[in-house]
Amino acid sequence: MIRSVDGRNSGRHGPIAYFLKRLHIDPPLMAGITTILIFGVFVLYSASGKDTDMLFRQCARVSVALLVMLMVAQIRMEWLRRIAPWLYVVGLGTLVLVLISGVTGGGAQRWLDIGIRFQPSELMKLAVPGMLAWLLHERPLPPSAMLIIGMLALIGLPVAMIAMQPDLGTSILIALTGITVIFLAGISMRVIFFAIPATGVIGWVLWSFYMLDYQKRRVLTLLDPESDPLGAGYHIIQSKIAIGSGGSFGKGWLNGSQGQLEFLPERTTDFIFAVIGEEFGLLGVAVLVLVYLLVVGRGFYIAATAQDTFSRLLAGSISFTFFFYVFVNTAMVTGLVPVVGVPLPLVSAGGTSMVTLLAGFGILMSIQTHRKLLPR
Amino acid sequence: MRISNQIKDHWREQRLFTQRIIACAIIAAIMTGIVLTRLAVLQLVDGDYYAAQSQGNRIRVQPLPPTRGLIYDRNRKLLAENVPSYQLELTPEQVPNIEATLDALTQRGFLPTENLERIRQLINSKRRFDSIPIKQRLSDDEVARFAVLRPYFPGVEIRARLARSYPYGKVASHAIGYMGGISAADQKNLDAAEYSGTSYIGKVSLERAYEPELHGITGNQNVLVNARGRQMQVLDTELAIPGQDLVLSLDINAQIAANDALAQRRGAVVAIDPANGDIIVFISTPGFDPNRFISRLSQKDFQELQNDKDQPLFNRASRGTYPPGSTIKPILALAGIETQAIDPNKRMFCRGFYTLPGRSHRYRDWKVNGHGWINMHDAIAQSCDTYFYSLATKMGIDPMTEILEKFGLGSATGIDIRPESAGLVPSKAWKRKNFAQPGDQVWFPGETVITGIGQGYMLATPLQLAQATAAIAARGERFQPSMVKATRDPVTGKLTPRTPQKLAVIELTDSAHWDQIIAGMRGVIYDASGTARALGKDAPWPMAGKSGTAQVFTVAQNTTYDEMELEERMRDHALFIAFAPIEQPRIAVAVIVENGSSGSGVAGPVARQVIDAYLGSPTS
Repeated sequence: MIRSVDGRNSGRHGPIAYFLKRLHIDPPLMAGITTILIFGVFVLYSASGKDTDMLFRQCARVSVALLVMLMVAQIRMEWLRRIAPWLYVVGLGTLVLVLISGVTGGGAQRWLDIGIRFQPSELMKLAVPGMLAWLLHERPLPPSAMLIIGMLALIGLPVAMIAMQPDLGTSILIALTGITVIFLAGISMRVIFFAIPATGVIGWVLWSFYMLDYQKRRVLTLLDPESDPLGAGYHIIQSKIAIGSGGSFGKGWLNGSQGQLEFLPERTTDFIFAVIGEEFGLLGVAVLVLVYLLVVGRGFYIAATAQDTFSRLLAGSISFTFFFYVFVNTAMVTGLVPVVGVPLPLVSAGGTSMVTLLAGFGILMSIQTHRKLLPR
Repeated sequence: MRISNQIKDHWREQRLFTQRIIACAIIAAIMTGIVLTRLAVLQLVDGDYYAAQSQGNRIRVQPLPPTRGLIYDRNRKLLAENVPSYQLELTPEQVPNIEATLDALTQRGFLPTENLERIRQLINSKRRFDSIPIKQRLSDDEVARFAVLRPYFPGVEIRARLARSYPYGKVASHAIGYMGGISAADQKNLDAAEYSGTSYIGKVSLERAYEPELHGITGNQNVLVNARGRQMQVLDTELAIPGQDLVLSLDINAQIAANDALAQRRGAVVAIDPANGDIIVFISTPGFDPNRFISRLSQKDFQELQNDKDQPLFNRASRGTYPPGSTIKPILALAGIETQAIDPNKRMFCRGFYTLPGRSHRYRDWKVNGHGWINMHDAIAQSCDTYFYSLATKMGIDPMTEILEKFGLGSATGIDIRPESAGLVPSKAWKRKNFAQPGDQVWFPGETVITGIGQGYMLATPLQLAQATAAIAARGERFQPSMVKATRDPVTGKLTPRTPQKLAVIELTDSAHWDQIIAGMRGVIYDASGTARALGKDAPWPMAGKSGTAQVFTVAQNTTYDEMELEERMRDHALFIAFAPIEQPRIAVAVIVENGSSGSGVAGPVARQVIDAYLGSPTS
């Protein structure tokens, strides 16, 4: 009988479990992720109009991202904790570079061309919670007021730079990631209740002075999409038609007319959830949302049972951010929140966000599989 | 990095963190609940609504316009056909800025400025995804020029369509009519669905009267379209049923002969087969080129045609009303015999004028010195006015009105094309009804006198005169004149002949009376002193005829003609009716040449040439 370095006896789980254990893969998390990924590839095939080229590219991206996840899963948290502030500094530096000399894509500067096109804002999705968790790791919790203000500054800096690109969706997500860390660190409820009206004031200031016209228009058309049926409201109207016409059981795979006939805009990226709603119906989307919830739940479990503060905060923040991704995208596509350009995690076509997401899951798996045997 | 002055309490922190994770999980559960509720509302509660929306999004019914029926003459010569032509079409939905596009097309010379208003109206009357023809019959040059500019005009495309073409142009213009864009007025009377794929409609004459038959039945196909309106797949198709072909009784060779004989003068010729009412010739000159109406006829050109003082758009053959003049003398003679007002063999003396008993006003004969002693036969052959003044006075207006109406004068013939004038046969009743002053409502004896030579109030169309002539030729048998001999199914080639519409026969007390007036009409051509004796020379078939000259009373007051012109337009109208062969008549003709002066000298030869062209043709 071989004993794992990391403690647990794998023998009673059989050879596959042992193999996964050696690779630092968490089986429940892996099951959830692969279910969504495989489903996503099928949906993308339909959404792209049976575009096999796009399918192969997505499979390649998924493979790369899975490889990254596997690599990250091997990293021990002690080491990750040590490099966390440096990741943050590098991320901030590249954000500055993007603002100075970034490649413009989709009307906004988001890309940095370093051999491969690289989106620094994606790195910040992990670097920001890493930085905050690093700060909090050795300190007694809940954090002091000074520390909270410092952390808000550390969040605000990259968020502001990403918002300036402008990429509203990502900046909101990163802000939320950081705020989740602060929340998980145990700040008092009093502070939270104080923060809500403060957020409102900040939001008003942003709206009045900083938001671009196209962003304002998106918010406004959300309130009344029919006011501009061929312009900004078109996305929401078509997406609601797609989802609504799916009914209980959907029109069937490859049979969604809204998606197949290109009425639905951005159907392979931000609006792919509408394709799912149209072709698989309420049953399909409910099952998908359930699988997402299982993944998030497993993440929360890993966070709750993690052995040190850094791991806990990072795991909790990654899990909740992942959930928030799902929520913003589905709420956006169903017309509940403005169209802010957040892809459906693990399903939408696109490279960088897939890598970031799976790297995050790699961290969760590392936390789960590198735990030390401590007496309880 | 240890600046803490407090001691970490791991158990407390763990507990706090677990609480927060549970809080996160609860928040996540609530948010998921919101999204799932939203989805349930969209997909279950409003599912049907959105399903209908998505159906409307993707399926579009496209009309398949039928091919218009062809028109043949009696010898299967093609008079109206459909030829492929290129046209410029605009789909409003796909044009970013319609006004800018129209402007640019005008600047580049594709659209005449004066047509823009009509195009705008057309665009407004159609749906945004309909393809609207904005210019027809592009020349090769225009096609090439536009092909180069195409990228600058999104939503504007060159399409090959079938356009109506009339190989004989002006010659058959008034018989066949023309096609034009569907106007707002047309639209009111149309089945919108039936014309959803059609841009043109028959405007006058045959093209209009037989519009339902020629048009066919529009098919449709349900097509799957994508968001940009591009057709992805045809779901199901209901084929269009092509329009019926028309086989006319018209003889285009005789029609051409009539056109040549009229030689650009204002006039009309109608020829009818007395045996069945078939129209053989139906021409009004000057004509117009019907091809231009579908191609490049702009508002300006149309105005020009309408304002032309020769009125090329006016169909003289069925709408023009003229005093019939002496051409009705044979009919009045018949009335005289029938009412026994005259004895055809008894001669009376013509001294060159006629006076009513007890009056001094002289009603002049065309022959100043008079015809001397003359019987009915000679009175017809030589067109003695005095004889007919006297005859009219003897019988009074009532029997004249009666017999003229029996011959179809004074009411529309019911020919299968529109429009048609009814003409006018005056009567005592008519005068009572149509005059305001009580003094004018009385029928005066002098009015009877001039009606005796087809003057006065009386008006007839060339078509009515031809029909009346046919009735004489057929000795009382009458038919409704008809242009269409048969309809032909373009798919099976099966002919459906039209049955001749027989009208009330003119019954005489003695059928020999027919022979007497026909002999008079024969005398017009063959007697040594017949008014049209020049026509009878070496005629291969025995003909009977009657000349007529009708006074022109008025010239439009507000038009200015130069002296020569005025004089020309003051001249009498020349009329001639004829039929041949006398025993087995196959053609009856009525000719009018406006301001032609001499019925026998100007209108007569036209009649002869038409008869020769028809009877001389080996195929007829």
